[in-house]
Amino acid sequence: MRDIRYLDDVTSLRFNQELCIGCGLCIAVCPQSVFELEDGKSHIVDKNACMECGACVNNCPTHAVEVHPGVG
Amino acid sequence: MSKLSDRECGCSEKSGSGLSTRGVSIMQSMDENVKVAHETTDSMAYYEKPGYKLCSYVKDFIETETGPVPRIGARLRKDDFFSTFYVRCGIGRYSYTVAPGLYCIGNPDKDSEVLVTANFKLSFDHLRKNLKGINAWILVLDTKGINVWCAAGKGTFSTRELVKRIKEASLEKIVDHKRIIVPQLGATGVSSGRTKKESGFRVVYGPVRAEDLSAFLENGKKADKRMRSVTFNFWERMILIPVEIQISLKPALITAIILFIISGFGPGFFSFSQAFSRGMICLAALVAGIISGAVISPALLPFLPFREFAAKGIIPGSVLGLGMIAVESSSIFSIPGYIALFLFTVTVSSFLSMNFTGTTPFTSPSGVEKEMKRFIPMQLAIILLSTGLWIYSAF
Repeated sequence: MRDIRYLDDVTSLRFNQELCIGCGLCIAVCPQSVFELEDGKSHIVDKNACMECGACVNNCPTHAVEVHPGVG
Repeated sequence: MSKLSDRECGCSEKSGSGLSTRGVSIMQSMDENVKVAHETTDSMAYYEKPGYKLCSYVKDFIETETGPVPRIGARLRKDDFFSTFYVRCGIGRYSYTVAPGLYCIGNPDKDSEVLVTANFKLSFDHLRKNLKGINAWILVLDTKGINVWCAAGKGTFSTRELVKRIKEASLEKIVDHKRIIVPQLGATGVSSGRTKKESGFRVVYGPVRAEDLSAFLENGKKADKRMRSVTFNFWERMILIPVEIQISLKPALITAIILFIISGFGPGFFSFSQAFSRGMICLAALVAGIISGAVISPALLPFLPFREFAAKGIIPGSVLGLGMIAVESSSIFSIPGYIALFLFTVTVSSFLSMNFTGTTPFTSPSGVEKEMKRFIPMQLAIILLSTGLWIYSAF
């Protein structure tokens, strides 16, 4: 999220770009615009906006993303 | 020639699409033996079953290869508005459901989209009110009456539940395509890959907000960045406040009782009249804390300094705390008393503000855990200090 921020450097989000095939699902499902597609691969552009909802993890076909979401 | 008078039939206020000859006069030119119906024929009566009541949002049923499918309206009625209000205040919010399964809206056919939602009636109403003029199938998942995003997080708006409902509705007989539109926030619980594998249907993630569905569908099912982002503006924060207050009522009552008790200790060990008079002052401090933490903090969230919500809550708590002392200054007597009340209001505000992280769509659980580990010990310590000072101030 752009204007209002929570704590920095706390998210458990981990992304292995080597496994990324550029399907764009993480970008489609992320509610906080953490990822962006560039040159056929996803990139984390706003890691501190991550709220650990796990949508990216659920939908990544190559399991390139990992997060440890809480209870919601 | 007979003239039929207005005949009142005893059916319910809802009339179906059947024929009615109420108020019809037979013309002189018509055959004497023409058969007329004497009651409103209610096609909806066909669907009535003993022990079941038709839902007010069902307009009629359409017949499909798999049987009758209820067609719902897009317009919310008075009873929907009233129950929305109650639920938003926390009344009955755990049993506000619709039956899971397949519904439709408009005049859908085999090419119409299938839109998925949760069986929380607020989610259901929110979806359908944005579907005016749209023809679609609506698949409602059993999320135990919880909204899409929370249910997705808890695992009830899940791949398994989605696949189950697709199969139970025999969706492949309803539509010729293999697309199913899932709200984006359902992605927290749904795996598009597994859904495809287990049901044959390909998940297309719709926009975050139902208001954008119409544009999304017209735009070839493409969502722009705004449609895919969650916001938390003033109104979105305010609508959550009634429930935040409702949640705090029971703990507040217990706290109030404890406050009255500790207010009674003083010279002469314990006095009920003292418990009452000093207890009322504590109650004012508690209320000030609740207003600061459950109303003002959420309302002013982006404008309050600090990242941690527990810290944000200190600001309105301090302001209201000082204001309350100024107002009560005639009835309180001592510096320790002032300090005790001030600290209490600030701490209640801090705690309730911290609680709001659970309702906020941009806080990460890891972050909340960090915040709680840091602030709860402080809040506990200050409460103990405040209690000690308050009891001391009675002597």
